[in-house]
Amino acid sequence: MGNIKKAGRIIKRDWDLYLLLLPGVIWYLMFAYKPMVGLRTAFYDYNIFRGFAGSTFVGFDHFKDFITGPDFYRTVKNTLMIAFWQIVICFPAPIVLAIAITEMKNKFVSKMTQTATFLPYFISIVVVCGMVVNFLSPSTGIINMILVKLGMEPKYFMVMPQYFRGIYTTMTLWQTTGFNAIVYIAALVGIDQELYEAATVDGAGKWKKIRHITFPGIIPTIVTMFILNIGKIVKVGYEAILLLYKPSTYPTADVIATYAYRVGIENGNYGLATAVGLFEAMVALVLVVAANKLSKRVTENALW
Amino acid sequence: MKRASSGLVVSRGEKFFNGAMIVIGIIITLLALYPIYYAVIASLSKPLYVENGSVMFTIKGFTLESYRKAFQKEGLWMAFGNTMFYTLFGVFINMLFSTTMAYALSKKRLVMRKFFTLFTVFTMWFNAGIIPLYMTFKDFNLLDTRTAIIFGFAINTYNMIILKSFFEQVPVSLEEAAFIDGASNIQIFAKVYLPLSKPALATVGMFYAVNRWNSYFWAMNLLNDDRKIPLQVLLKKLIVDRVANETEAAIITAQSLSSPTTVIYAIMILAMIPMLIAYPFIQKYFKTGLTLGAVKG
Repeated sequence: MGNIKKAGRIIKRDWDLYLLLLPGVIWYLMFAYKPMVGLRTAFYDYNIFRGFAGSTFVGFDHFKDFITGPDFYRTVKNTLMIAFWQIVICFPAPIVLAIAITEMKNKFVSKMTQTATFLPYFISIVVVCGMVVNFLSPSTGIINMILVKLGMEPKYFMVMPQYFRGIYTTMTLWQTTGFNAIVYIAALVGIDQELYEAATVDGAGKWKKIRHITFPGIIPTIVTMFILNIGKIVKVGYEAILLLYKPSTYPTADVIATYAYRVGIENGNYGLATAVGLFEAMVALVLVVAANKLSKRVTENALW
Repeated sequence: MKRASSGLVVSRGEKFFNGAMIVIGIIITLLALYPIYYAVIASLSKPLYVENGSVMFTIKGFTLESYRKAFQKEGLWMAFGNTMFYTLFGVFINMLFSTTMAYALSKKRLVMRKFFTLFTVFTMWFNAGIIPLYMTFKDFNLLDTRTAIIFGFAINTYNMIILKSFFEQVPVSLEEAAFIDGASNIQIFAKVYLPLSKPALATVGMFYAVNRWNSYFWAMNLLNDDRKIPLQVLLKKLIVDRVANETEAAIITAQSLSSPTTVIYAIMILAMIPMLIAYPFIQKYFKTGLTLGAVKG
């Protein structure tokens, strides 16, 4: 009884604290949880004009249609392949850059490198994709100009499926490496400098120090960043892919998210599109949990 | 970042290493900046030189004609104004919703605090996706409205959590003293906490502003009316969709002062300029915010 009384008193004193909480809660209910209720669209043959009342319940039919359909293999393969290159190239790059920047004894060069690599992140994805498309244009793009000067044939890269993943990976590398390096630089600066001095006295060379002091020092940060980002990586940057891909590059560029987007927003098949999106969200969730479990076992670092 | 080998003589190997790092730093810097630099020089050169590949490192045949043409693009100024509106008013709404909620969640005495925190954090791990959110806007009759853009994206959970952990670090004694003076929670929030949190507010405000300025995806899907679209959506139409029809082979002579391509480069530079002006501030505040976010998770 005493507890309830006390809680009552606190609430009475703090009524305006709950008032402060209210707008946020309402917002989450409207724009984060209402859409989750909308996920039931995935189980209906949903018609936007008739609403749920006029739509038939179809159970897992949309999921079955997607998984057995002709687009499943292609979109899943492309999602995994693009995620694979993100993990292999774009995830380690900031770590290497951060180590390089902290190893630069010349303060000016170190600062300059950091400032220059940080910048591309703040250019909008539309402009970045615009640059990519224009640089690679077969008639006026600088890349093809260089190829022609080297005596090669100009290529229309944006319509050739074999180049798409390379283009996308390079673009992401350029745009995000400097930004993602910041967290690692902060972690590197936090490493105890005495360790390096002791290692120098013991006669350890540069590489030995990087391998045995620098690297172990930032492993927890690496693991945290990996787990935090694996879900994002699997969802891949559909906003950029939507700007870059064309029907002719679908064989390598069309990922689950862009497929769901086309099916839903462009073709109006909301049921199937929601099912596809839900499938993707589940895969991402499973991967985050799996990455956390794995890192717990391998490195004893985990988020939860 | 100083790592002086205290008192030890710098060895030849070390000297070589330091020299190599300078070269590597310069190469990385050039690689990062070249695409932007190229867009600048191409936008200021005569199209003939751009399109025959002689513009590579310097401006050839300086002209501002491409910028003149860019300024005349239909809807450019309106879209620019819209973006200003969405950014300024949008960030205000972002901060209003995020700071109030973060403040309430930062108080340990809040009943069901754990529940409400999980209520927000859960959406970082699982969200419904594009189609259900689109349908939500439709259900609320918000399609093709500015309200959708401003209020539909009022809170970014990550930013809200950064604010929450910042508020948690403020000493409780300040709050208790204000309570004794008879201040209400809202007064304490507005008069004690907000002034104390200026660096965190600047950081998160900057996060929101950059996002508002640069985003295109939801504006593209939610807005049909050309008078409402922000700059990024117009840019998408002008620079990305244009190249989709590569057929428009303009005839370019030595006399031409601009071409579709050079105008596009000019438009891209114009779109980048506000961001470049703000970059020193962005750099300052983003770094603190990023490290704050990483430590707190």
